[in-house]
Amino acid sequence: MSPAQEASPSSAQPPSSTPPGAERTVLDASDISRALTRISHEILERNKGADDLLLLGIPTRGVALAQRVAARLNSAEGVQVPVGSLDTTMYRDDLRLRPARALEHTEIPEPGVDGKTVVLVDDVLFSGRTIRAALDALNDVGRPHAVRLATLVDRGHRELPIRADFVGKNLPTSMTEKVRVLLEEHDGRDCVVIAEISQPTAGTAR
Amino acid sequence: MRRHLLSSADLTRDDALLVLDTTAEMRALADRPIKKSPALRGRTVVNLFFEDSTRTRISFEAAAKRLSADVINFAAKGSSLSKGESLKDTALTLEAMGADAVVIRHGASGAPHRLANSGWVNSSVVNAGDGTHEHPTQALLDAFTIRRHLGDIDGRRVAIVGDVLHSRVARSNALLLSTLGAEVTLVAPPTLLPVGVESWPVATSYDLDATLPKSDVVMMLRVQRERMNLSGGGFFPSAREYSRRYGLDARRMAQMPDDALVMHPGPMIRGMEISADVADSDRSVIVEQVTNGVAVRMAVLYLLLSGSSTATQETPQLATDHPETDPAEADA
Repeated sequence: MSPAQEASPSSAQPPSSTPPGAERTVLDASDISRALTRISHEILERNKGADDLLLLGIPTRGVALAQRVAARLNSAEGVQVPVGSLDTTMYRDDLRLRPARALEHTEIPEPGVDGKTVVLVDDVLFSGRTIRAALDALNDVGRPHAVRLATLVDRGHRELPIRADFVGKNLPTSMTEKVRVLLEEHDGRDCVVIAEISQPTAGTAR
Repeated sequence: MRRHLLSSADLTRDDALLVLDTTAEMRALADRPIKKSPALRGRTVVNLFFEDSTRTRISFEAAAKRLSADVINFAAKGSSLSKGESLKDTALTLEAMGADAVVIRHGASGAPHRLANSGWVNSSVVNAGDGTHEHPTQALLDAFTIRRHLGDIDGRRVAIVGDVLHSRVARSNALLLSTLGAEVTLVAPPTLLPVGVESWPVATSYDLDATLPKSDVVMMLRVQRERMNLSGGGFFPSAREYSRRYGLDARRMAQMPDDALVMHPGPMIRGMEISADVADSDRSVIVEQVTNGVAVRMAVLYLLLSGSSTATQETPQLATDHPETDPAEADA
């Protein structure tokens, strides 16, 4: 993400209304950590243990989040839950509206998704279109027993009938705001920030 | 990527690496229960083959079908081309049928360039081999195969051996592999090196035995008898002498480094440029080259066709931002 924005002195939590260009932190590293721990326990509770679980992160940041959730499942139940990644690029509904996109890595852990309870992990749930694409992609990979959705942030503005099963933080936003999840693995620090952008993204939101 | 793929020379290092990275993902698709992606649903790919081909045509057809494109195969034999229709009229027909991409193989060097730049068609043009000029997807699949086995291509030493003069594969490989940082040496008798080879980004040698010990990859080329006959022959005294000096047999293979690869674009003439035991040895990746061919062509078709047609002229963005975290890019 934009290095310029990251370099700017980290927003010192100004009150809720954000002037254009500024960004405010809504979740810090320990908030993210606690949210992921709670999500992990909710997954175990809902699944009645870790049997037949399989986590698939949606690139890029969903994969790192899926790995963190797997580590927590491991420390809670003492089992290794398989983790993989699922690229949705070729299933996107806006594929032909934009320049050709580079593919992300898909890795389905052995022995595949058939009969498993697959938990899709993403960083931000917004329009729901990525998740629709992920469900289509998953359909070509196999037939899971069930598919659940875990997301660190649900920012609302759904355009499809899709709902998350496990949410780290519900974050009411306006269309003129941009939510960014920064993770140690990719950005060098853990936080979720909201930034004001000049023009609203209504209609083009994916 | 540009709108067309006409020559390896059109590919920058970043373009080439993008194709190779995309190929790796496409290859993984072949291991899934459903070996198909909907990426090119509703697009039409025409395979326009004026010259005989088995591997390349089937490979392009499989690639387009795995991406859910509609495929129209158009072979010169049995079409109006054998009645004397010109390339232009054929092109106009294809345009009228609404082809999104034309994959063309033609005996005349430059035919794909003509098709792409004449204004006859609006579709993307992919060169699948033109005369003795270029065959860029073959070079890409060779680069992919090398990368799979040896890792980074940068600094690898590649010997391309045999009938370089008539080989479009040699030219495309020399250009692409140099772009990717390999040190390419062309090995051939003086009569089979093209005029102007000094301007290529490669070294040349007449001595195979001296080159083999310092090669990570040895790429053997077929002696193209059919093209030699057109120009009257006389390129070497006899097949036997050629084979003794430039053929790869087990004795020569023993001089190569232990992890060196033997490659051949096919079709190969066993006993001429390559002996049967070398072709079937565990160093040989010749069969794998064919497998990788489908994945490379999927990557090329995907990168040329999946985006909006106005936008495919730009370099595809490599942004790894997650789309939902960055709605602003939707306006870009």
